[in-house]
Amino acid sequence: MLRIEKLQAWYGPSHILQGVEMQVGRGEIVCLIGRNGAGKTTTLRSVMGLAGRSTGSVTFEGTSLLPLPTHRRNALGLGYVPEERRIVQGLSVRDNLRLGLLASTHKRREQDVIAEIAETFPRLAERLDQDAITMSGGEQQMLAIARAMVSRPKLIMLDEPSEGIMPVLVDEMFALFARLRDEGTTILLVEQNVELALGIADRAYIMDQGMIVHEGPAKALLADADIQERYCSV
Amino acid sequence: MEGLSLDLVVLQLFTGLALGAIYVLLALGMSLLFGMLTVVNFAHGAFYMLGAYVGIMLLGVGFNFWLCLLFVPLVVGSVGLLCERFLIRRLYGRGIDYPLLLTFGLSYIMVECVRIVFGTTGLQFDTPDALVGATDIGIGYFPTYRLFVIAVTFVVLGLLWLFLERTPYGLIIRAGARDPQIVRILGIDVARVWLVVFGIGTGLAALAGLLAAPLQGASPEMGNSILAEAFVVTVVGGMGSLVGAVIAGLLVGVVVAMTSLLAPEMAQVSIFALMAVVLLIRPQGFFGRAGLMS
Repeated sequence: MLRIEKLQAWYGPSHILQGVEMQVGRGEIVCLIGRNGAGKTTTLRSVMGLAGRSTGSVTFEGTSLLPLPTHRRNALGLGYVPEERRIVQGLSVRDNLRLGLLASTHKRREQDVIAEIAETFPRLAERLDQDAITMSGGEQQMLAIARAMVSRPKLIMLDEPSEGIMPVLVDEMFALFARLRDEGTTILLVEQNVELALGIADRAYIMDQGMIVHEGPAKALLADADIQERYCSV
Repeated sequence: MEGLSLDLVVLQLFTGLALGAIYVLLALGMSLLFGMLTVVNFAHGAFYMLGAYVGIMLLGVGFNFWLCLLFVPLVVGSVGLLCERFLIRRLYGRGIDYPLLLTFGLSYIMVECVRIVFGTTGLQFDTPDALVGATDIGIGYFPTYRLFVIAVTFVVLGLLWLFLERTPYGLIIRAGARDPQIVRILGIDVARVWLVVFGIGTGLAALAGLLAAPLQGASPEMGNSILAEAFVVTVVGGMGSLVGAVIAGLLVGVVVAMTSLLAPEMAQVSIFALMAVVLLIRPQGFFGRAGLMS
């Protein structure tokens, strides 16, 4: 579904990605792990067209992404929840959700979406008219995910969704990811919480210094303390 | 303070509001462009001037003043769209000085074009017949046209508010002003939004120029001095803040009017004195976000 080949990316003069090779198949949860600064976030941003200069090849269902502007990539069915969540200050929860619906390619009725949100994210449904930025970190993360999901992306990329969130909410969130996969959404997950991520993922890639250094079934990596120690311990 | 009756002060207050209304229309556009596109538009005064001259042109081919109120912002706004699409757009993300220099140059080109077509001397702009004369506002007679300017400004403010707060497009503009990147991530083409914002900003400047023309005539240089004043209003209100533009615009208008009543020779200086005082107390202006320029 998503195929990344020889991806290189630069931020200014610094050469961040040095030939990333990855694939995400339909219906999988794939997680991308590695130390801080390994290039995980840059990989996602590059796929979304937000990194600096990128070369190589990134295709999504056969369409080459690198020449496309960010909004066109979204229209192809790519969702992205950035690490900073980017809840828009001064907008209500409802308006933040609406933003996810406004792109001309997503024709869904607002009432239907709100009803769906109420089911999946009851906490958000209670706070529709609240200024979104006043919610807790966990609620904001839920909103960021919900906002990316309202357009029903085929593949959603999540960057560090568990960061700074209460453990009970993290469990709830990961249960949601598993459910989304079962309903047919493909997920590419960047996560610091390695055990948790490998626990729900089908496959995993380990990244170090801008390259993929290891890949394999999540279960095998979960059992391999040596690899985890080498590439993931802080 | 002999001879300064309360009525006179209140009438002068209205004069200030009418002047302020023109400032508000100009500063709203500037603030929109700065807040959303981080473009300091030095051509804003030229678009204002263009508003008056396009009005003269349209009147010349048989339009009436009321149609001009609609078509002048559309025509000049379209010129603004073209400038954004083909010139300014190339400079986004390169810092604040590139678009500033570009618009500075554009303003010279526009002023020179108008000089070539309409001549260097100013032209008279007649007040529309229906608005000639004075209206009794309870405490005395006040020029009808100035009341009309105040009224039009408030109608425009209302429409702008409805557009920004109640339409999907307005939602995109508000979100895009805070965080253009997430708007792109969510699949919206921000470039098209900027185009619309630029059209609205320059259209508002043109409307201000058209409304000001019957009060002071039209000249190719009419935008130069008011550009400085509109900058003051934008800075006092807080760069990027629309509410700030409205309040500061009216305030500056009233301060100028009141100073002209008490000490006419101080009127021009009072604008800048007000700015100095506000900036000393509150460097980001009334409603500005601190650190926006850094």
